[in-house]
Amino acid sequence: MEAAPSAEERRLVDALRAGDESAFTQLVQEYGPSMLRVARMFVSSRAVAEEVVQEAWVGVLNGIDRFEGRSSLKTWIFRILTNTAKTRAIREGRSIPFSALAGEGEEPGGVDADRFLGDDSRFPGHWAAPPQRWEALPERRLLAAETLDVIEREIAKLPPNQAIVVTMRDVEGFDAEDVRNALDISETNQRVLLHRARTKLRRALEEYMQ
Amino acid sequence: MRLDRELPCIEVVELVTAYLEDALSVADRQRVEEHFVFCDGCTTYLEQIRQTIVLTGRMEPEDIPPALQEKLLAAFHDWTPA
Repeated sequence: MEAAPSAEERRLVDALRAGDESAFTQLVQEYGPSMLRVARMFVSSRAVAEEVVQEAWVGVLNGIDRFEGRSSLKTWIFRILTNTAKTRAIREGRSIPFSALAGEGEEPGGVDADRFLGDDSRFPGHWAAPPQRWEALPERRLLAAETLDVIEREIAKLPPNQAIVVTMRDVEGFDAEDVRNALDISETNQRVLLHRARTKLRRALEEYMQ
Repeated sequence: MRLDRELPCIEVVELVTAYLEDALSVADRQRVEEHFVFCDGCTTYLEQIRQTIVLTGRMEPEDIPPALQEKLLAAFHDWTPA
């Protein structure tokens, strides 16, 4: 079940329908930066991402009368954004494969196989080199701005489909159903893409922590 | 998804997202949880995935550049509510 719009969102929708500029500005401030970040992962450049965001807002304005409140306003706005971005990516000749399990078989498992015991051991497939608890590290290490840079750089290295899913889920906090609807992908594809992305982000953090 | 042998760690780490998304069958969920009970390595791994999610959620997006903000406002002014 998707969340219904909050009372504040209903107020903003009514104000926007009445042509209230401050409602528009508030929405742009709240969602604009995230929209730009997500759009950037679909298209080739920052400039094109800005055009996508602009086009999406025109779509929001033109469609606001048709907003029925069956999802939250944020979910609805991001659905317009992702559709706009997908169309633009296709026009740019960048198709982002969500429907197929893209890359399946090409990529090794998320955790290096040599961290597990081999078939010749007594416990094949069990940890040979288990992860070390991060709590043992000084807390400032985890809280440092540098840690967030590690994540940001790693997201930039992910294939676009994984980057988009993990950004929507873990950076923006959308739930699985929102992401499935916005990207028009199956539950399994959503989960596999999220899994690969999270696995790589954890590994990047582990390398940084050591 | 049906898992029929005792789970080795190399398989558990591939199930953590399905576990966190509550996408496992009741029986498989139980087997994964039983594994966590005796396996410190996988418990730490799961905890690190949770910490990764929390840290990823702390990233702040950049502000909208002023030029784009102006364009958006211009688009708003061009728009006439129905």
